[in-house]
Amino acid sequence: MATVSVPAEGGRGGLLRRPTATTGFWSWITTVDHKRIGILYGITAFAFFLIGGIEALFIRLQLAQPNGTVLSASTYNEFFTMHGVTMIFLVVMPLSAAFFNYFIPLQIGARDVAFPRLNAFTYWAFLAGGLFIYSGFFLGGAPNGGWFGYAPLSTVEPGNNMLFYALGLLMTGIASTASAMNLAVTIVNMRAPGMTMFRMPVFMWMALVVQLLLAFALPIITVGLFEMLFDRRFGTHFFDPAAGGDPVLWQHMFWLFGHPEVYILVLPAMGIVSEVLPVFARKPLFGYQFVVFSGIAIGFIGFGVWAHHMFAVGLGPVANTAFGISTMIIAVPTGVKIFNWLGTLWKGDIRFTTPMLFSIAFIAQFVVGGLSGVTHAVVPADYQQTDTYYIVAHFHYVLFGGAIFGLFSGIYYWWPKVFGRMLNERIGKLQFWLMVIGFNLTFGPMHILGLQGMPRRIQTYPATLGLGVWNLVATIGAFIIATSVLIFLLSAIASFRRPKDATADPWDARTLEWSVSSPPPVYNFEEIPVVHSLDELWHRKYAEREGGVVVPVPAGGAGTDPSRGPGSAGQDGHGAGGHAIHLPGQSYFPFVAALGLPLIGYGVIFHLWIAVVGAVVLLVGVYGWAIEPASE
Amino acid sequence: MAVHTFESEHEATSTGLPNTKLAMWLFLASDCLLFGALISAYVLYRGSSLVGPYPSDVFDIPYTSVSSFVLLASSLTMVLALASIQRGEIGRMRVWLLATALLGMTFVGGQVYEFTTFNREGLTLSTNLFGTTFYVLTGFHGTHVGVGILMLLTLVSLSFTGRITPRDTMAVELVGLYWHFVDIVWIVIFTVVYLIPTGK
Repeated sequence: MATVSVPAEGGRGGLLRRPTATTGFWSWITTVDHKRIGILYGITAFAFFLIGGIEALFIRLQLAQPNGTVLSASTYNEFFTMHGVTMIFLVVMPLSAAFFNYFIPLQIGARDVAFPRLNAFTYWAFLAGGLFIYSGFFLGGAPNGGWFGYAPLSTVEPGNNMLFYALGLLMTGIASTASAMNLAVTIVNMRAPGMTMFRMPVFMWMALVVQLLLAFALPIITVGLFEMLFDRRFGTHFFDPAAGGDPVLWQHMFWLFGHPEVYILVLPAMGIVSEVLPVFARKPLFGYQFVVFSGIAIGFIGFGVWAHHMFAVGLGPVANTAFGISTMIIAVPTGVKIFNWLGTLWKGDIRFTTPMLFSIAFIAQFVVGGLSGVTHAVVPADYQQTDTYYIVAHFHYVLFGGAIFGLFSGIYYWWPKVFGRMLNERIGKLQFWLMVIGFNLTFGPMHILGLQGMPRRIQTYPATLGLGVWNLVATIGAFIIATSVLIFLLSAIASFRRPKDATADPWDARTLEWSVSSPPPVYNFEEIPVVHSLDELWHRKYAEREGGVVVPVPAGGAGTDPSRGPGSAGQDGHGAGGHAIHLPGQSYFPFVAALGLPLIGYGVIFHLWIAVVGAVVLLVGVYGWAIEPASE
Repeated sequence: MAVHTFESEHEATSTGLPNTKLAMWLFLASDCLLFGALISAYVLYRGSSLVGPYPSDVFDIPYTSVSSFVLLASSLTMVLALASIQRGEIGRMRVWLLATALLGMTFVGGQVYEFTTFNREGLTLSTNLFGTTFYVLTGFHGTHVGVGILMLLTLVSLSFTGRITPRDTMAVELVGLYWHFVDIVWIVIFTVVYLIPTGK
């Protein structure tokens, strides 16, 4: 398995020799290192974040004034659809996956994930799916039926637009499913000695809940997407009322996936915030067990609330009431977490660093989004709000004000660990305040627009409706957000122009990833750590005297001295004990296998023979993977 | 924390279960929802077809019962294959794996014959909701069986090149888990689709 396999050098020769490049292009194509894969996920997701953001700017330009003419109606449909698809499937999910990939092994004290090559495959399949969806723009039209792809619009509208949607999301779904198996097994099975489940950082718990949500929610949308694909391409009647089919079936399948998906998007950010707050409040997380069990409860209840997206469909009063109640219930564990975070801050020795600011903004903005969410649980109110900008305001407060702010908190928090360089704090704070102002200026007014009756997804509106002012404010806010993202980008680039200056533990943190150098050595841990408590690193650094006074453990005392920093571990892969650390061998085949997927996709849309070629490529990848030497 | 060592893996895991086995169980649990969604769609649209042919017009229950029996029998040969490699008998394992694959192929062949017969009798993917849901559900299952056959034949081939040795019982066990799962799913599909009458 992962940590004991030996890279084959001079073993079986020929075609199946495993690649050994450690720098350059091929080292990235063939990498199976969870840290490099995490970085690939992160950079790709951020690139899609910029693209999805540009789409949002065009949407805001179009809506800035009544009777806007920036985008044609059909282009507008493509842009709002792709904005949603991009931000959900190609930004927040993979950005969370970036943190999972990088930090799961480091936080549980492992050297890699359970299946390193499968890990590489998930990245390439995700990238293939993302590029496949976007290739629609150049091949006759990108998806244009909304990120929710409601039938029968998605199945009867002419053009291949929604085929790109169905097939592309199937590919990213394969990636996420495989990743879920891999990471769940890693967390459950590869913890360091002494790292019991309840000594794991909260981020690990949230990661585990997310992987299980993925494992059980994705198959449902997979079937839905297949049925949509078959309806469009092969003449089936799943969602065709003319043949007795029921379009509402699509809605059920979509939201039975789609609501757990909301928690898939936000639980990682909740995990990050639960890591950041204790570090910068210099206090343990208040009520660790409550936070963990609330996360688990959210995971379970998340499967029982989907029809609150469908109150206006006409499911009847009984169903609507039941789902209204379950929706109110799921607010309880979420509220528990909010109070635990507040309890963590209470009487803390707070340092207002950039990651801390983003985490605090997460809490505030997520509360706003959560409260507007509870108003949707009231069915008669929801009848008024549904399909208006009130909904747009609500879910942007949850997914942008919540998830994206949480992820930015994680970016600032872990940047020194990943790249060995600190981000400039003053620029970081400037970026933070611009983003808070821009965000609230953009999405705050949408509550008002929605209550004034502005419908979602309209391309333009007449001046007589009086919606112009708040729309203009929202557009100005959007450009402030864009400015803040640009500043982050420049700050990130600037950090690479400086020498590596980050110590192993620049924040005086609590978890194991800060016990190794920044960036960590390729094998993560020279010796697999033995864990004695929750917040292991903190307890190695500090002891508590009588009366609750915290005192540092003298250097060379109970544990690792964080100030030793980089270089303390043997960089040649040989630990102090003189034993070699075996790392999983690199491989071409995850990339090859993933390459087959978009070919099969194009084949389904354009010509069968392309699909046959794709299937052959996929099989070559899978069989090369299976029979190459020194299996993981 | 309990630490176990496995003869085929030489690695301790936190739970004592091998990673591959845990991953396979999780995959099968996930696959349950895949079939759950497909079966739900079939049940939801049962009896909703506006035009024929209807299930009672095309189904040949005795024929499908025999092919179902063939598939279920393959679970027995799969168990025997695993027992063989656990006793270190690679030769017998090959025989039982091939027998399992052969039974699987018989089932898939029967399904192909069934599909072509139904097709001749006027039931296609797009004829009505019955055709739509029937072909997609059973086709998904048939594809699963096909993937299983591919894995069985791969195991046999790899045993000739020395990549599957008596120490690799886990590989056979994993394919076995998948194979039994596909068989169990068929019991549900056969009952729901063929045995429960729909009225028309």
